[in-house]
Amino acid sequence: MTTPLSHYLVLSALLFSVGFAGAVLRRNVILVLIGIELMLNAANLNFIGFWRYGAHPEALTGVMFAIFSIAIAAAEAAVGLALVIAIYRHRRTVQVDQFNSLKG
Amino acid sequence: MPSDITFYLLAALTLAGAVAAMSLRNIVHCVLCAAGAFAGLAGIYLQLNAEFVGVAQLLVYVGAVAILLVFTILLTHGADVKLGSALISSGWKTGLAISALVLVCLVVPVLTSPGLRHEAASGVVAPMMQKIGEQLMGQCVLPLETTGLLLTAALLGAVVIAMNDKTAAGPKTGVPPNHEAGKEPGLR
Repeated sequence: MTTPLSHYLVLSALLFSVGFAGAVLRRNVILVLIGIELMLNAANLNFIGFWRYGAHPEALTGVMFAIFSIAIAAAEAAVGLALVIAIYRHRRTVQVDQFNSLKG
Repeated sequence: MPSDITFYLLAALTLAGAVAAMSLRNIVHCVLCAAGAFAGLAGIYLQLNAEFVGVAQLLVYVGAVAILLVFTILLTHGADVKLGSALISSGWKTGLAISALVLVCLVVPVLTSPGLRHEAASGVVAPMMQKIGEQLMGQCVLPLETTGLLLTAALLGAVVIAMNDKTAAGPKTGVPPNHEAGKEPGLR
C-alpha cells in the first residue's frame, strides 16, 4: 500500500465532478440519475479511503457507513426510476427541460 | 509497486467509464459504461482491503442498479436516439463552469494538505467479515433495522408510483393514445 491517500481523494474528486457535470448538463433524466449515483460513489470512495488510511482501521466505521450508503443509494435509484416511469406515462418524454409543469 | 499499478489501472477504468457514461449519445451505451465505472470502483474497494463493500458494490450497482436503469430506458423508449436533438441543456456554460469550480475546490485542498501524504498502515484487520457481522448485530443494529424499513418502504413506494392506475385516467389505461401504439404493441 504505497499509494498515498491523496491519490484516492483526487480520484474521488474527479468522479464527483464528472457526475455533477453530467447531472447538471445532460437533458435525459436517466443520465441525471446516473450522475447522482456517480457522486454517491465518490463519497463512498472517500469513506473507504479514510477508513483504510485512518488511525483505527479496526473500528470499521468507514466500512459501516459505506454499506449503509450503498443500501440507501439503491433505494434512491429504485424510487427515482419509478418516478421517471410515472412522469413518462404522463408527459411522453424523459427530457428534464420539458418537465415544466407540476400539474398531471 | 504492484498495488500502485493496480490502483492506477482501476482508476483509469473508473474515470473513463464515468466520462463515457456522461458524454455518449446512446443511453444504453451510457448505462453500460456506468456499470464499468461501478465495477472499477468495486475493484478499488477490494484493493483497499474492504472486501465486503467491494462485493456489495458489485452486487448492488453492477447487478441491480444497472439492470434497473436498462429496464427504465426500455420502458420509456429512451434508446430511440433522435439525430439532431440536443444532448445537453441550454445553460451548459454555467453548468460546466460550476462543475470545474467544484473540481478545483475539491482538488486544491487535497493536494495542499500535508496530512494526506502518508501511506497506509501495513497490518490490516484480518477476519473482517466476522467483525462486520458483530458490528451490524451489536453497535449498528438500530441503523440496520432502519435501513431494512427504508428499503421496504422504498420498494413499496416504487411499485405504487410506477403502477399503471387503471381508475384515474380513462384514455391512458388501454392502448396508448399516440402513434406508438401501432408500432410497438408488446411494450405496454
